[in-house]
This record gives sequence, C-alpha cells and structure tokens, in this order.
Amino acid sequence: MIKKLADIDYSILQQCMHCGMCLPTCPTYVETKEERNSPRGRIALMRAIADGELAVSKSFGDEMYYCLGCLACTTACPAGVNYSELFEVARAEIEEKGVLDSPKRDAIRWFALRLLFTRPRLLRFVGRLLWLWQVSGLQTFARRTRLVKLLPGNLRRLEPQAPVIQAKFSHQLIAPVEKPVATPPAPRRVAVLTGCVQDLVFADINRATVDVLLANGCEVHTPPVQPCCGSLHAHNGDTGTARELARRQLDLIDPFTFDAIISNAGGCGSHLRHYDHLLENDPAYRERAVEWSRKLKDVSEYLVEIGFRKPGASAAGPVENVSVTYHESCHLCHGQKVSKQPRELLKAIPGVELRECAEASWCCGSAGIYNITQPETAGWLQERKLGHLLATGAQVVATANPGCHLQIENSLKTTRGSTASAPKIVHPVVLLANAYLAEEASGRPTGNVIPPSNSV
Amino acid sequence: MNTPAPSAPGTALIAALQTSLGADQVLTASEDIIPYGFDGTATLKQRPLAVVFARNAAQVSAVLKLARLHHAPVVTRGSGTGLSGGSVPSTAAIVLCLVKMDRILELDTANLTLRAEAGAITQTIFDAASAAGLFYPPDPGSMKISTIGGNVAENSGGLRGLKYGVTRDYVMGLEVVLADGSICWLGSKCVKDVAGYNLRDLFVGSEGTLGVITQVLLKLLPQPAARQTLLAMFSRMDSAAETVSAIIAAKIIPCTLEFLDRKTIRCVEDFTHVGLPLDAEAILLIETDGHPAAATDEALKIEDLCRLHGATSVKRAASASEAALLATARRSAFSALARLRPTTILEDVTVPRSELAGMIRDVEAIALKHDLNIATFGHFGDGNLHPTILTDERNTAEMHRVELAFADIVSATLARGGTITGEHGVGLAKKPFLRRQLGDASYDLLKLVKRSLDPDNLLNPGKIFDL
Repeated sequence: MIKKLADIDYSILQQCMHCGMCLPTCPTYVETKEERNSPRGRIALMRAIADGELAVSKSFGDEMYYCLGCLACTTACPAGVNYSELFEVARAEIEEKGVLDSPKRDAIRWFALRLLFTRPRLLRFVGRLLWLWQVSGLQTFARRTRLVKLLPGNLRRLEPQAPVIQAKFSHQLIAPVEKPVATPPAPRRVAVLTGCVQDLVFADINRATVDVLLANGCEVHTPPVQPCCGSLHAHNGDTGTARELARRQLDLIDPFTFDAIISNAGGCGSHLRHYDHLLENDPAYRERAVEWSRKLKDVSEYLVEIGFRKPGASAAGPVENVSVTYHESCHLCHGQKVSKQPRELLKAIPGVELRECAEASWCCGSAGIYNITQPETAGWLQERKLGHLLATGAQVVATANPGCHLQIENSLKTTRGSTASAPKIVHPVVLLANAYLAEEASGRPTGNVIPPSNSV
Repeated sequence: MNTPAPSAPGTALIAALQTSLGADQVLTASEDIIPYGFDGTATLKQRPLAVVFARNAAQVSAVLKLARLHHAPVVTRGSGTGLSGGSVPSTAAIVLCLVKMDRILELDTANLTLRAEAGAITQTIFDAASAAGLFYPPDPGSMKISTIGGNVAENSGGLRGLKYGVTRDYVMGLEVVLADGSICWLGSKCVKDVAGYNLRDLFVGSEGTLGVITQVLLKLLPQPAARQTLLAMFSRMDSAAETVSAIIAAKIIPCTLEFLDRKTIRCVEDFTHVGLPLDAEAILLIETDGHPAAATDEALKIEDLCRLHGATSVKRAASASEAALLATARRSAFSALARLRPTTILEDVTVPRSELAGMIRDVEAIALKHDLNIATFGHFGDGNLHPTILTDERNTAEMHRVELAFADIVSATLARGGTITGEHGVGLAKKPFLRRQLGDASYDLLKLVKRSLDPDNLLNPGKIFDL
C-alpha cells in the first residue's frame, strides 16, 4: 500500500503559509516565473488533491517531474515544510495512478529501477562492459566512424555524457576491514557506503574516504558488495523498492555495532539518513532504522565532528598553492544541511585558497536522472553553474556528489574541450587524502587537531 | 462595439486575451491557476477565472480595456507575498500578474534615482543601488521576492521605518494604467514638484483598487558608511520601553529598533539555541548607521542608556559577523514561531511609540482571555507590533476565538490612538475594521475617490471596503 497525498498528515501541507520565500531559490520558478513551477505552487496543487478539488492528472505528473527535487526550498522555508516527504508521496501517487505511463517510459523504469539498481553484481557487470567498450577503442571507433549516429536520438545525445568507468571498482581497492596504522586506545568503528555510480566511476573517492578515516584513527569496515541505497527509487515514486533496499542495507550493516555509518555522496546520504522515516511502519526494522539514521553521517560532517587532524605542511618542499571553489550538492546542503563542514575540510588543507562562487548552493542540473528526463532545464542550469564556477578562476572545483561531478565535468567537456585551463573536479576528501599523503611522504605526520565542533 | 456572448461566461474574454497577449501568457487550466488562488495571507483562498501575464504598459492597457468590455474584475499581482489578502482573487477575476515585467530601466547617479518596471524584485533594486554605492532603505520582510510594484501598492514598511520611513517616502514617480486603459505618468525626478494635485501619492498604498502601477521611479540615498549593532536584554518590558524613550530623548534615531517579547524569546531560543535568557521579558535589537565616528558614538551612548534603564545585559558587535550573530534572534523570530502550529497569522497593528509597552501587555491579556498562543515581536521604533497568532485553521472552535481575539486587539489599538495596519494594508483581512478607525466621513471619501477612478468597480473589487 503506498501512501497517498490524501493520507499524509495534513499539517505537513498546512505548514506551508504560502509566504513565497521559496520562490527565488527555486530554479524552475526562476526559469518560468509561473507559480505552478514553484514549491509553493506545487504544494497548493498537492493540497487541492488532498482536499479532493483536483485529480492526479498528467499535468500534475508532468509538474512533479519538472521539479528537480533539489530541496533548495527547504533551506529557504521559514516554516520548515517537509517538502521532501510531499515530493516523494506525490511522485509515488503519480506512479500508482499511472498518469504518465507509456510503454517506453515503463520499460526504462523497469530496467533502471527494478533491474539494474537492485542488483549490485549486475550493475558492476554492466559497468565492466561499459569499461571494455571505452578502453578497447570500440567507443573511439564508433565515434570516429560516426556509427553513434545510428543510435536513436536520445541515446545519441546521452552517449558523450556516459561516465568514464574506472578500471577498478571499490571492492578491488578497499579491503573489507582496514585498521589505522597507529591504533588509538579506543578506535572508532565506522562503516563506509560505496554507492552505485561512485563505485563504478569514482572508486578512487571511496578509497580516499577510507584513507582519511584511517588517518583519523577509525577502523573502517567496507562490505565488498553493497545494495543501492534506494534513493533513486524513492525520488522516482517507487517507495516499495526503496523500502526493500533499505532493509537489505540494514541486514548487511548493523548500525548498533558501529560508531558511524559514512556516506560520501550527497544524493545517497540525504536519502540514507531518512531510513527511520521510510521504515517507521515496519516493526521488524523500525528500531534498527532509527539507530541507522542517528549514525548516518556525511564524511565531511563526521570528520569535523570528531575533530579531524589538520594535515601538516609538506617538508619535501614548499606547498603548492591551489585555488579551489566549492559547488554544493543540493542533497548535501539542502537535504542534509551539511554546508560548512566540506569548506572546513578544504580550508584545513595547506596551500588551498577557497574561493566562494555565486549561487554555490544552486542545482547544477544533474538532480539524479533529471539531466536525462528534462535536458532543456538541466542544460540551462548546467550553463548557469559553469559560468559561476569559471568566474572564480579557481583551478579546482570541489564537489561531493557523483551526479554533480559528472554534470560539471560534462559541461567542461562540451564548452572547453580538454584544455589545460579547465578546472579539475575533485571530491573534498580526495584533496584531504592527498594532503595526508604528501605529509606522510615528507615523514612528518604532524599537524593541529581541530577541536570537535558542535555546529553541525 | 462588440458585446460578448452571454452564454459562455469568460470564454469570449479569454479568447480575446489570448489574441492580445499570446496563448501561452493566458492560464486557465486548474493546475495552472490553483497556485494563484492565494497570497501570503493565512486561510484566504479563491480560484480566479484566468491568470494573464503582461510584458509592458501597453499590454496592461489592453487587458484593462478587454476586462471593461467584458465586465470582468481584474486583480493585479506581483509575487503574491501580501499579508492582508490584497491580491487574493475576487470572484471570477482575471489575475493580472506582472512578475515578467522585471527590468531595472535606469539608475541615475546624478539625480540619485532608479527607474524599474513594476515586477522588479525589491532585493534586486536594493542590490543594484548598493553596487553603485547607493541605498534603497525600505526592507519589507519579503524583499527577496516581493515586487516593487506590490511594495508601492501596499506602501510596505520594514525594519528601518523609524529613521528612513516607508516605501512612500522613496516614490518620486509612477507610471499607472487607469481603469479605462489610459496610461499616465505621475511625478518626476524633481525633488520640488508642485504641478497639480499630488496624484502619485494617491496610488501609493491604493492596493490595486485605483489603477495598475507599471513603472516606478525611486529615490535613492548615499549608502551609510558604517553600522553598529547592539543587543540588549531586559527583565521587564517597561524597562525596554523606557530605554527606547531615553534613546530618542537623547536625540539619537537608530536605523533599527526591534523587539521580541517573552513568548517569542522562548520560541526563538528553542529553535536556535543561541543562548537567550529565558527569564527575559524583552530583547531589543538596535542598530545605528552613518559616518563611522557618529555610528560608534551613538552606539556607545545607547549602550550606556540601556544599562542605565535596567538592561540585564548589553552586547555590542565588534565585527560584521558578530553583528549578524546578534541579529539572529530577531531574524529567526518569525521562522521559530511559524513552526509551532499549522497556521500562523501575522498581524501588524501599530500604536504611537509611547503606547507600545502598554499595547504588548494588552495583547498578552487578550491571549490569556481567549486561551490562545500569541507571541509578539516587531518594530519598537515606529510602534509597529506583529502579534503572531499560532493556531490551526481546521480547528473551528479555536478559529472563532482567534476572530474574537483579533477584534479585541483592534479595539485596544484604536483605544490607544493606533492604526489597524502599519504596513500590510487593509485588503480583505482588515476590511471589517476600517470604518471604525477612519470615521464615516473619511471612509466615504475613500469610496468617492474609488468611484471616480474606477466607475465600474473592476479593479481589485471588494478590497479595502465594499462599494
């Protein structure tokens, strides 16, 4: 039984006092200046549905899939409306009513949500095939010979955007249990979640995550085969599968045996930390889910919380100065309210000059699979983002979500080719891990301990 | 002259609007128009017949001419952030939305003026002025999204009223489209201009009932060079009131003089944990601005006066970041309150400054009498209170008590020589009380003006008063 708009706690809808403070932060409203494309407008439609004044129509379905789900509105909202709950319930009801169904859409949804992103081994197999295609020269061949032009329109557009798969996936880089070199008297036990896209495309970020935790005295547990967290499913109206995946995650990692469960992908973390809510009506898992949510932390949040060690300057030579700008993943800053901590990480790295960019917390247009479903709006946001990032003149763009990472990388590819002047995209923990590495190479693992912060 | 087919209400008008503005600028589907059925006011809702977007005064004129021809009411709207129901659609109304007319047309640094289309966002205007080292002072709470046209139509206030006045004080000229579609310009860039009646001021605060404002010429000031921020806590509201009187008597006019009452302080502390004393009965946030030496000198004097009149603690910010921290309590007041109950009703009765402490006590007594949760914060400097009623619109018994309490608040305000609305406007929410405040003669004068400018009663009908 899925929850419908008419069934949810009505006070969530009522909580919106339609003050309009969300409007200037909502990318789709700013694009069209029409109220239905705003959080306040969408909530009004949901309330009309709950009140029986409006039917769940195709037009409503289109609207809810035009919404990026970036949650910028939740940061701006003075009344604390739980938009994320409303958004997920609305999309689930749209799927249940089938107002957007078409054979093609159904097939794609089945393949992605029910097949690919529920079977981690299958996903890795597909990832391996894609890797072979890319490294064997077949991709280059197909591009040169214009064979890609034989692909249907949509795929042809997406083909150049396909992420570059890494040679090694997370389980080939990370042992199931890794202990810090110098074991502190009471080491912290943490579990690291490797993600799906992160696992195939950015396994090095997962490695760096483990490295920085080790460097801060944590014993790191990384189960080699992990299910998808279910965020893709919950955001796309498939709450049933999302619950099933959450249960599998809880079966695999018992939160009661860890000090923290670490996510390094903004989009996943935002969903993962709400397992308590997702499984609140599941007596077998409720308690575990509450503990899970309590311990689920973004890696930068956790590092700041435990007072991570500031890497010392390299003795090998003068520190290389690097200018860095930080793009905030929506689901890290709006979904999880983790905004200061990644910046604290960056500022702690010797030689890093942090340059703030305009609209740092605006969506880059990736938004899960939004860049595939709504290419026009995604493209507009991508350009807007790129303009702000380049305006800083920073050599490095730091960001903590694989979707944003790929979206920004792709925008650089199309506008700048692969020129040397284009900034590099890096996860903040990778920069931190490199700094620890440089420090180690210099044989001087000293540095200031930043006091634990309560400002989380 | 063509007359519309009587059989299909609205269809002929909608077709004509589509021809005139373009089909995509006329919304009629339920999913499109439901979100225009309300503004920022709690509990008021009415679905319009259609929503149209105009791009310029000529299009606005065309809309008004068609509306007149088809005898359809027109409700002009900016971002819909109003707090008195001023832009809630009248029955079967065309909502004329101006947010797409949002350009800043001219920044004149020689005459210190800025000219913008009505749909320009207040914050954008503030930022454009700031970038030129200039200052647009009115800062209504919704300025990040409110439109300048809406601010002028409601004569919006803000935190800087005491020293800098309200929107009216910055309007030098207006372009207005009248009910018959004629476009006129009122006012000029001249500081001195006494040619004819001051009709410009007639449209400031007219709430869309006399014409449609399409352009605004604003006065700007040089940016103050420095600002000082203080936060003072008091165990008695009367001590806070005495402090405010003493500051003014010392010939200091702070640019901000804000207060929180006991209930608001508790809610803010629960929400922000910034360490506010829970036994405090009042907190004052005070800011002075101007020449750095003057601002500092005033701040030091204010600090002394606060202590002299019984402040339990006074903090003066040493830096901009510290100032922001001190302002947190006031800035979070509304958010903290809005989270407590499903429905939040923000009022804006205003009394002469000397009556403010007494008025706050009145509100406390009224809350107790009707068993309601009412917290008060607001602008001490200009006597403008925001009694905030925390309730649930689905609880009919409680909503009835809210109505009674509101009537009591109005009575207490009028008894103290105050006004039913300091900055939100009359709209629908304050309509029942206007005659009592104005008296019959001036109330009828409003109607006389309305009838002569809008003889068919088509511009935002039913707002401010019923004809």
